[in-house]
Amino acid sequence: MRDTPGRSGGRSADPVLEQLAEARGRYSLENRDLVQEVVTAVLTTMSGDLNGHETTLLGEVEALGRTIAAAKQEIAALRVDDIRDHDIPSATDELDAIVEHTAVATNAILESCELLEGLGADVTGESAGKLQDAVTKIYEACSFQDITGQRITKVVTTLKTIEAKVAQIILAFGVQHAPPEIPEPAHVATDADLLHGPQLPNNAMDQSDIDKLLASFG
Amino acid sequence: MTIDKSMNVLIVDDYKTMLRIIRNLLKQIEFNNVEEATDGADALAKLRAGNFGLVISDWNMVPMTGLQLLQEVRADARLKNMPFIMITAESKTENVVAAKQAGVSNYIVKPFNAETLKGKIEMVLNHA
Repeated sequence: MRDTPGRSGGRSADPVLEQLAEARGRYSLENRDLVQEVVTAVLTTMSGDLNGHETTLLGEVEALGRTIAAAKQEIAALRVDDIRDHDIPSATDELDAIVEHTAVATNAILESCELLEGLGADVTGESAGKLQDAVTKIYEACSFQDITGQRITKVVTTLKTIEAKVAQIILAFGVQHAPPEIPEPAHVATDADLLHGPQLPNNAMDQSDIDKLLASFG
Repeated sequence: MTIDKSMNVLIVDDYKTMLRIIRNLLKQIEFNNVEEATDGADALAKLRAGNFGLVISDWNMVPMTGLQLLQEVRADARLKNMPFIMITAESKTENVVAAKQAGVSNYIVKPFNAETLKGKIEMVLNHA
């Protein structure tokens, strides 16, 4: 049976482990740029010491090192700094502007409706009822601004999550000028966990569903 | 039972347009004494200082949500029997259940129409 670290009583008889330990002492693993160099250093000093299984394992480690280096180049080519510094803030600004403009427009519509409703007091007969119904429908329709605003807030929150993830990717792969890591906030269950905002039509309960649910409480 | 439409109604929403819409719809059904609050904390202060017969509140507001406002109202000796209608875009089952458990009088999902609002108000005030 081959010796393993667990069975050797602290003495590492495995040449692969010994050389990995030596390399670990020489290079800081905090520096992602040295990962590939470490792998190469280990491989070049091992010829003749390896059995078939270890050769396969080291081949896989070497391939992993190449994959990491390639991924790093691809991420750098994506210009993730631009996504974080420009694209996402710009998108959130545009969305905020939509909310602001729809609010202004909705208030203008409501103001006109209020004027029409005031004038409607002087209208008599069937026309008075029709005018009132039309104004009511406009009031109802104007609630789109609230729903739209809540949907956009959900999108902005998603974009901010993506922004934080991008920053983490930059840090993990050691792309130059990476920002400090943004830690995930500790999750504390609150009333906020129940805030989902408007649901898409296929996922939403309508008023009759809610009435049934409320009625089920007796 | 006749509903006293001269009662003070407090409407709570962080969207000014929504407050304006609800106020206008209430006016159409002859509730003319309407006050506004833009979040739960503002609403709670007004409820404690004033004399209201009905609260119509959104859920999703900061710093105090509509659900927290409802819980505060139900925990307050003077306000605990206040008719309280939640009007919100939150339409998941867990939301309705949480609101009911907190003591909501009725629940309206956005977008809503004037007929629904009128019907729920009548239902709540007739059972008050």
